[in-house]
Amino acid sequence: MITYLAKRFFEMIPTLFGITLVSFLILQLAPGKPTDVLTEMNPKITPEARERLEKLYGLDKPMMVQYGMWLKRVVKLDFGNSFSTDRRPVLEKIWDTKQALIDRRLFITFFINLLSMILIFIVAIPIGISSATHQHSLFDKITTVFVFIGFAMPTFWFALLLMMLFGIHLDWLPISGFKSMNYESLTLSGQIWDRTRHLILPVFISAFGGLAGVSRYMRGSMLEVIRQDYITTARAKGLSETAVIYKHALRNALLTIITLLGLSVPGLIGGSVIFENIFGIPGMGQLFYMGVMTRDYPLVMGILTIGAMLTLLGNLLADIGYMIADPRIRAK
Amino acid sequence: MNDYSLKKLFWTRFKRNRLAITGGVVVFVLFFIASFANLVSPYDPNDIDRKHILEAPSVSHPLGTDDLGRDVLSRMIFGSRISLSVGFVAVGIATIIGMIVGAISGYYGGWTDRVIMRVIDIMLSIPTFFLILAVIAFIGPGIWNIMIVIGLTSWMGVARLVRAEFLSLKEREFVLAARALGASDMRIIFRHIMVNSMAPVFVSAVLGVASAILVESALSFLGIGIQPPVPSWGNILTLGKDNIEIAWWLSVFPGVAILITVLSYNLVGEGLQDALDPRLWGSGK
Repeated sequence: MITYLAKRFFEMIPTLFGITLVSFLILQLAPGKPTDVLTEMNPKITPEARERLEKLYGLDKPMMVQYGMWLKRVVKLDFGNSFSTDRRPVLEKIWDTKQALIDRRLFITFFINLLSMILIFIVAIPIGISSATHQHSLFDKITTVFVFIGFAMPTFWFALLLMMLFGIHLDWLPISGFKSMNYESLTLSGQIWDRTRHLILPVFISAFGGLAGVSRYMRGSMLEVIRQDYITTARAKGLSETAVIYKHALRNALLTIITLLGLSVPGLIGGSVIFENIFGIPGMGQLFYMGVMTRDYPLVMGILTIGAMLTLLGNLLADIGYMIADPRIRAK
Repeated sequence: MNDYSLKKLFWTRFKRNRLAITGGVVVFVLFFIASFANLVSPYDPNDIDRKHILEAPSVSHPLGTDDLGRDVLSRMIFGSRISLSVGFVAVGIATIIGMIVGAISGYYGGWTDRVIMRVIDIMLSIPTFFLILAVIAFIGPGIWNIMIVIGLTSWMGVARLVRAEFLSLKEREFVLAARALGASDMRIIFRHIMVNSMAPVFVSAVLGVASAILVESALSFLGIGIQPPVPSWGNILTLGKDNIEIAWWLSVFPGVAILITVLSYNLVGEGLQDALDPRLWGSGK
């Protein structure tokens, strides 16, 4: 079991390497030099100064050499300095150790994605099970409609609608930011409640697409499993329906879902750009958007790499989950 | 079973699926509207009318006006052109790449296959939306760039499908027969195997149009997709966000349009999938 996990872990390294190479090459293919954004703003810059700047960032070297230089720094977790006016190190912008854990960008994005994963798990799986065990019932039909709408719903639009309803019309929830103006003056429980209120809409929005997908696949997977012979056997030996469904069928049906959750991590992380932008959440997605708009190459490459690491981490967690659910793999 | 009866069987099955037919009709109507946008839209989509800024829906402006007094209905009608063309071109690019890559991988196997599958794994681990966002922002917005970038980042599913089909078809008798007759690899790949693996590719292309439309609208909403004054459903929603407290119609209608369009493509795709799945043919449903 340990060897299996170790093997999976070491398989991640070439993948991570490949991801950074692909991202690096694609960004290099874009027209213009990364330093353009530094020089364009400055009309007084001389060609010599421009050349010096290019040399400083290694832009006079061939592309593969540049990638090598970049990679050498990244293994030491040094993503370089941001091109923005503050010139701070990229890592410090993403993970600012001077701030409380909950206000660090990477933590915010990770936390919201984690919460929405948990939400997907505890809501979608029971829905999928019930609609499979009561196939063609009214509940099944209603959830099918919900699922189809969920698949087709542009999440950013749904976010706008919820903002209008709960933020403006009913005035129940804040529509922007991750804490209130008076946050510092609140008591501890007040602060927790304030964060919770700011989290409700973003977490729900980021989970929404996944809710539809996972409940659909759970239903399909469950329907397939309950037609198997071993389920008939379990029923025939007189087990209660609860035991048949939750002990015999669920475990096998969960296997597909675990793989699916692992695969959905890149989508969740990519989606964070959208909801962080809409709700003004100061996370990694918002930073990425700002970086992209200002052509901040070191920042963009840094976040792409960290996003890929998070994805691979998600895949590894899915593998572990798979192992817990499937004794056949544990035995290996 | 000859070709005629297969087609007939497929059509009878598809026809019975009322939701899929409804979806198909909506898609057809949308095509009609997009093609004849200049005839069906009540106003010029770029006509600025400073006397009627941010007006709620009324008889003269059924879906209201935006912050420059432009008619929202007309802008949405012209916006449908963007959604449909981005959907089709992006999926066309993705499907062609996916078919070629999948065919090579499945047909030749061995090292070629292993390397290609590794590349696909890598592409699937990149948060694609991050990459699309970065590339578009760096090479500049513009409809062609969006189509190409969405196409280049969404071929992996098709490639996997085609590879699986090739793996199961390449050992079949008709392929062996073609090889025995001395047909070239190219001929076997395209004339013998590819034609027999088109059904699942077609289904995934229809579903792919739906997701490409969603990605385009999200990009335009974030301000790096289709640039105003060219109207797209996504960039009208940006105005909706900016005026969220005063103009609900800017936020509601374009979203409904995206929802209905994407839903229709999905329904058609699911209908095709069920109708093409031989496992469901005997069920009398």
